[in-house]
Amino acid sequence: MQNYLKEGKGQSLALTSMIVLVIMIFSLLPMARLLQEVIFPNGSFSLNAVQKGLIDPVVWKATKNTIVVGLGGTIFAMFLGVLVALVVTLTDIRMMQTLVLCFVTPLMIAPQVTALAWLQLFGPSSALLNMLGMAPPLGTPNPLYSAGGIIALLGIQYAPLVFLIVRAGLRKLPRELVEAAIAGGAGPFQVVRTIVLPLMTPSVVGAAALTFVSCVGNFGIPAFLGIPANYLVLPTLIFQRLAGGGPAVLADVAFLSTIIGVIAIAGIVLQDYYSRRRDFRITTASLSIEPYALGVWRVPVEALMWALMAVILALPLTGLVLTSLVRGYGVVLTSATVTLENYYFVLFEHAAAKRAFANSFVLSITAAVFAVFVSVPVAYVIAWGKAKWIKWLNFAVELPYALPGVVLAIASLLLFLKPLPVVGLQLYNTAWIILFAYLARFLVLAIRPTVNAYAQLDRSLEEAAEVAGANLFTRIRTIIFPLVAPAAVAGGLLIFLTALSELTVSALLWSSGSETLGVIIFSFEQGGDSKYASALSAVIITITFMMMLSINLFAHKLPKGVLPWRD
Amino acid sequence: MAGLKIRNLTKTFGAFAALDNVSLEVRPQEFLAVLGPSGCGKTTLLRMIAGFESVSDGEIEIEGRVVSRQGHEVRPNQRRIGIVFQNYALWPHMTVAENIGYSLKIAKVPADERQRRVAEALSLVNLVEMGERQPASLSGGQRQRVALARCLVAEPALVLFDEPLANLDVHLRASMEDEFAAFHKRTGTTIVYITHDQAEAMALADRIAVMDQGHIMQLATPEEIYHEPVNEMVASFISQGMVIPVEILGPESNGTVPAHIMGQPISLKCRPGERPRPDARACCRAEQVQPVADHEQGIDGYVKRMVYQGGGARIVFIPDAAPDQTINFDHPDPLPYSEGDRARIRLTGGWLIPQEDATGGTS
Repeated sequence: MQNYLKEGKGQSLALTSMIVLVIMIFSLLPMARLLQEVIFPNGSFSLNAVQKGLIDPVVWKATKNTIVVGLGGTIFAMFLGVLVALVVTLTDIRMMQTLVLCFVTPLMIAPQVTALAWLQLFGPSSALLNMLGMAPPLGTPNPLYSAGGIIALLGIQYAPLVFLIVRAGLRKLPRELVEAAIAGGAGPFQVVRTIVLPLMTPSVVGAAALTFVSCVGNFGIPAFLGIPANYLVLPTLIFQRLAGGGPAVLADVAFLSTIIGVIAIAGIVLQDYYSRRRDFRITTASLSIEPYALGVWRVPVEALMWALMAVILALPLTGLVLTSLVRGYGVVLTSATVTLENYYFVLFEHAAAKRAFANSFVLSITAAVFAVFVSVPVAYVIAWGKAKWIKWLNFAVELPYALPGVVLAIASLLLFLKPLPVVGLQLYNTAWIILFAYLARFLVLAIRPTVNAYAQLDRSLEEAAEVAGANLFTRIRTIIFPLVAPAAVAGGLLIFLTALSELTVSALLWSSGSETLGVIIFSFEQGGDSKYASALSAVIITITFMMMLSINLFAHKLPKGVLPWRD
Repeated sequence: MAGLKIRNLTKTFGAFAALDNVSLEVRPQEFLAVLGPSGCGKTTLLRMIAGFESVSDGEIEIEGRVVSRQGHEVRPNQRRIGIVFQNYALWPHMTVAENIGYSLKIAKVPADERQRRVAEALSLVNLVEMGERQPASLSGGQRQRVALARCLVAEPALVLFDEPLANLDVHLRASMEDEFAAFHKRTGTTIVYITHDQAEAMALADRIAVMDQGHIMQLATPEEIYHEPVNEMVASFISQGMVIPVEILGPESNGTVPAHIMGQPISLKCRPGERPRPDARACCRAEQVQPVADHEQGIDGYVKRMVYQGGGARIVFIPDAAPDQTINFDHPDPLPYSEGDRARIRLTGGWLIPQEDATGGTS
């Protein structure tokens, strides 16, 4: 009996150590290394990098720009996201599921692809405008190469994020609260203004914080839209400095990425402060709100919604596809000039592009599979553990994803610049460093839905197995894994989709031979080969759509709230 | 050797004592119900017996083996217990047969023997032919029976029931009660049955432990709990007993004392050695109240409310002598009163609630 006892304790100890190890390696270690570089470069306390950064006017300018596009993008995304969430959730418009799918899709498309697609819409080389004979003369700058362009695209990119959070909140709003207001004589707009929106404050503020952090850390959009206009934000400044100076400027860019981190954390702290000021807790769980009958306004509202979808999704994608079919810069697209050779080139001829396909697939599949298996035990402890350190664990898991990707990329660089101690393995300049950063950054995408699945699972299912004689590992294998696996796998697929065309991290970490699809698209565009960049992006978007549709096939087996584009 | 022995068990969460120095003994093959209002600590007690909660102090012994003591906790999977959960806790990804056979598989019982024992268990709960079904396709009662079969198949030393009928509707509840009773009779398993429903506890249990605020108030047979409650909590909790102040007139003889209740002379049953004391109280049941004619001796008052219950009504009577005290009794149709009427009643008997000892507990 004593032996059995030890076995039971041993397994839970093994589980705990594994989780602590994972969190240490993927979350705390990189962040600690980054801070060390800023304050203790070369092992002694020094504020040189900080001083150097603080007197540099370019840094100040980039910081200001970062805050401007961050706030602007957040405000635009909030407006769009809240509006669509209210219309879709509270009214009786038809084809709601399709609308949700369309509106959420930009979130699944990498920011640099969004940027590229929009660039193809405007400007002198626009295939669409050229077809219509409306293109501005060659040589005129693309109007999107500006702060306004960046703000608009950040807003479109992250409006779905706001939409999802606010919609989830709206669906939890008990219908009695609204019906009580209607019974009290309030009209539909009054209900929204006095009841719905005030109760949605936590969701709205939470969404704003998350959007702000995402906008501030976004690299793809300001890289495509800002660099040509020399409008730099911190992530693009870091990229430029690192590309120009190499590892020598690491301490400087470490400081820059700390500034981004500080701005992001300020956003989160502000959100925390706001949502604590009043009691927004909704106590009862009941049916969600009955949709409001729009009556004669239904068709106009529906038309408006579809027009919006056309603008944010159909139009840029059309621009992208048209550009990918063009023979060269400025050539007008007609039935005689249309060609598929751009696709042929990126798929079969360009060596780096072919490598990038292999690299990106292997990296994202590995990250996804690893995350599925790690998320089951980690989420087990987060969701069901009783110890006090759990909430710190949760925080540590969220940290790398909450902080902008640039921060993590720089941290990974610092961590692996020198060969690993003891084993002497060199990760820098290989694909392994990208894999590490992907794991660190995206792990939480699998852990979150898995925690969600645990929360919907009755703990007594595990307890029943425990009294039946099963030890911890047996329970995890035979009872828990089969029950939470669908959620973990869905999380894994999200990781795969996100990592497949990821740019922020790999732009800073790639090396010759370890290019990713995001990097290749970026370098095509920077080299002026929009047609190749467009063709490659079109291929990736097709893959993404097909994956989303095939995940939908097993959506009914998933716990609620796992797939962002489904209810 | 006892089936289950609990000695001085204490469980504290921070400053709050969920269980405070609880001791009890369950005999082998006994059916013990633990009954109490919600928050009384009964679920904590069950979870400690199962090993899901550690003990703060005291000991738990199952079949002569100490399984819980501070710093020494046998894991739940080594305790040889079975649990029937309130929500059944059937594994949705396994068939009925796989659910039932799980513990045997864990114990590495060979496949053919496993099959035989699963079939046996299925027939014991009348679910032959259901082995290949998924739990989701079963009715509530069938799921409960699968849960029974699942904990029975491992031949546990002790089976714990955690409010197993709380989720079922009234009709199913009655038939499941019969099944549980039959199950206990057939298998002779030692059972600890947690419930807040006293009708269930009365119908099923050999003995009942009434719990309140982390203490066991009384551990006795259902009859004794009903007729001889040890304190006011048990008296009023069980079947809404009335607790009425009495004046004891003389010492106990032959198990009764002479007393006055609101001026009415009465002979109360009591413990040996009772004698006149201040603040004495009696427990009276509704069937010990009789309406009497005006010329007979009794207690005067008025009818405050009548709750019709089909075939009769529960009468809420307020005595003039103590307007804060209500006295309830049942009266069959036709009803002689309407609300607000004057009435006279007589108490035909009662139980003198023993004096609580100085520590606040009862002996």
